[in-house]
Amino acid sequence: MSQAATASVLAAARFGFAARPGELRQIAADPRDWVLRQLKQPLRPLDAALPASSEMVAATLTVLRDKRDPADRKEFAQRVRGVYLAEVEARVRAAASSDAPLLERLTHFWSNHFTVSGLRPVVRGFTAAFEREAIRPHVTGRFADLLLAVEHHPAMLLYLDNALSIGPDSMAGRLRGKGLNENLGREILELHTLGVDGGYTQDDVVALARILTGWSVARLNDRNPGVFKFYERAHEPGAKTLLGRRYVEAGEQEGIAALRDLAAHPATAQHIAQKLARHFIADAPPGDAIQRIASVFRDSDGDLARVTEAVVREDAAWRTPFAKIRAPGDLVIAACRATGFTPPGPMLANSLRVLDQQPFFAPQPTGWPDEAASWVSPEAVLRRAQWCEVFSRRMPEPPDPGALVEATLGELAPAETLEAVRAAPSRRVGVALLLASAEFQRR
Amino acid sequence: MMRRRDLLALMAGGAGTFTLAGLPGAVFAAAPTEQRLVVVLLRGALDGLAAVPPLGDKRYIEKRGAIALKPPGESGGAIALDGFFALHPALAPLEPYYRNGELLIVHAAGNGYHTRSHFDAQDLMESGLSAKGHASDGWLNRALGLMRAGDTRLGLAVGAAVPLILRGKVAVASWEPQNIAAASPDFLATLRTLYRNDKLFGPALEAGLKAQDFSAGVLGDDAMQVKGGYGPGSFRPLAEAAGKLLGAADGPRIAALDMGGWDTHVNQGAETGRLAQNLTGLADGLDALAKAMGPAWRKTALVAVTEFGRTVAVNGNNGTDHGTASVLLVLGGAVKGGRMFGDWPGLDRLEEDRDLRVATDARGVMKGILRDHLGLDAAALAASVFPDTAAIVPAAGLTRT
Repeated sequence: MSQAATASVLAAARFGFAARPGELRQIAADPRDWVLRQLKQPLRPLDAALPASSEMVAATLTVLRDKRDPADRKEFAQRVRGVYLAEVEARVRAAASSDAPLLERLTHFWSNHFTVSGLRPVVRGFTAAFEREAIRPHVTGRFADLLLAVEHHPAMLLYLDNALSIGPDSMAGRLRGKGLNENLGREILELHTLGVDGGYTQDDVVALARILTGWSVARLNDRNPGVFKFYERAHEPGAKTLLGRRYVEAGEQEGIAALRDLAAHPATAQHIAQKLARHFIADAPPGDAIQRIASVFRDSDGDLARVTEAVVREDAAWRTPFAKIRAPGDLVIAACRATGFTPPGPMLANSLRVLDQQPFFAPQPTGWPDEAASWVSPEAVLRRAQWCEVFSRRMPEPPDPGALVEATLGELAPAETLEAVRAAPSRRVGVALLLASAEFQRR
Repeated sequence: MMRRRDLLALMAGGAGTFTLAGLPGAVFAAAPTEQRLVVVLLRGALDGLAAVPPLGDKRYIEKRGAIALKPPGESGGAIALDGFFALHPALAPLEPYYRNGELLIVHAAGNGYHTRSHFDAQDLMESGLSAKGHASDGWLNRALGLMRAGDTRLGLAVGAAVPLILRGKVAVASWEPQNIAAASPDFLATLRTLYRNDKLFGPALEAGLKAQDFSAGVLGDDAMQVKGGYGPGSFRPLAEAAGKLLGAADGPRIAALDMGGWDTHVNQGAETGRLAQNLTGLADGLDALAKAMGPAWRKTALVAVTEFGRTVAVNGNNGTDHGTASVLLVLGGAVKGGRMFGDWPGLDRLEEDRDLRVATDARGVMKGILRDHLGLDAAALAASVFPDTAAIVPAAGLTRT
């Protein structure tokens, strides 16, 4: 089989989600260029009327303050559920229909890197808005800007408790005897920037937590409730030392300076390069590839378009088709993209819950895992098979399965898969077999 | 709709290609042991000082401040255990187990590492290694390896994904309530053929089909549909189903399950509140698991373990931050319980002036249980299950043998 044909399938599946009908032919001219060109495209906002996080944050704060009646709470929970389903559908539709699927994949990647999860009920109304507002605009921008947008966002400040953290010697701290919460400070160092082996200590965790005191959310009595607000009264006064560097008292600017320094730290470059390589190359990516990506990160001052380009330029990313297992969320989008059928929000959300990757409900701040061992178990494989059949049963007009194999797997389809799909008793079963095939389950 | 057991019968009776190659009719037949071992992973760091408060420690009230529990006898007070330690009132469903000698509590337990990262700590707790490396298998899987069960899947992961503790060379089954229509027999039959040369999907699908047929048989089709959901109440249905599966004569012998919600940085609460609700969920679940196991409970040891403890002092938000030592619960009809185990390091001198120090290495407890309860060789345990732990003596006399 030709190299270009292999590269086309890989380009569509690995860097996007899956080829749409006819797309493989467009990609075949120059697969690598097809991927790289996407980095220059603007990322379109989602095509749906969705509420801003500030609206949903304010609504949540109102319910927490005023609505003691269970009926009111239930009504609000239903509203949150409605917003969530609309968000999930818009997100999947965007990825399934995009001409720049790499940008959608990057949005999901960074959203997972900076996990905010509805397992903390207080943030449930605006986890998806967080992705739209803080992640999406920055995936080909500077890492530092992405980091600043994320750590300023009410969803992150509430999810990791910083909204309530108060400097012990601040005015509010002395008045109320409340104090520091180190949750966000720790996860910024461990998960968002340096990585757990990035060389920080418990003192650095506390220092960053102190620096970030006052970073919170405007309350209901504020002119603009539900947006980021720096509360001077809660900010720990005085100079702080983080990773050997002294930050003089500068209110909110202290945190901005500290985050910029963390973004520029060599350990951050290493940590991000390692995660990108694992996502786009293999579960255990080659060390030299990681080093090259990290050096582009450092040399470009964290320019994510250039960092992503470095990943795409790694030969290792093109060597082995189907090296990665499709995570359930990827599988669902790939199925929608390949077949042209995107189910409505409730079915999508239910699918993803059954497949154990409900969007914006990651179990922990680390986000969803990115290696085969976490996704391939007896139960999970059976679920995937069941889901593929259910999905194909719900399609209004199933496409010709043989043509679908050609359009998605091209020359990489094993003869046996092609035969089984062609021999299927119905179009629906044929489509289900393609989706469940070991090749379509990978990218 | 055709039941999966019918499907297997159909396959076995039909074309020769679809017989259950090399496996006995029942999934878990011919187990080499009747003993059961369950590990419950409490993810997020359980506050051991809240679950089992050392009311007798003279620094307790001062150090815990707003989240100190009231003494037994007062309204909402803790439940007295041995005069020094008490049980959080939300753990009341576990009190009878303590009184009956089926609950052993190891306080100030650590897992042999020092990190305040949840994720590193959970990896180490599950891999059984003392230092970070690339952990690809878990200690419970390596213990299964010593049990020489052949093709029989003795191990069961409750949940769709197999947690690291059960990952490794020995194949295990997994189970989770399903909320999706069963696939049709023909479709699955074709898929089995297509997957047969795939190293990942082939064995997984085979095992998934067999395990699900088994669990449908044990639990009945209704129980297969238990609602998952989130929150403290979501543990009980999983624990109860695990209990039924483990209780079956031809069922699994070793199981691991998860419960989250322990990372109480904010508004942890004392006798009521966020942590209390989670403790209720845990206690209800463990109680349901024990009852669901039936007579097999007599042969069971269950260990509930967390990645580390929490700060002794309350943080700025009436919560607690990441700490060091926590508490380990050992429960079961085969456990010599009704007592506390291990030394108490006291609240006078703290780890880095903030955390409870470790007095007992949990790996010694695990090794003691694996040796005495499952009959595994101590030298092999120190060599392969918990590598480089020859210096950690297996704790003796934890179970009735």
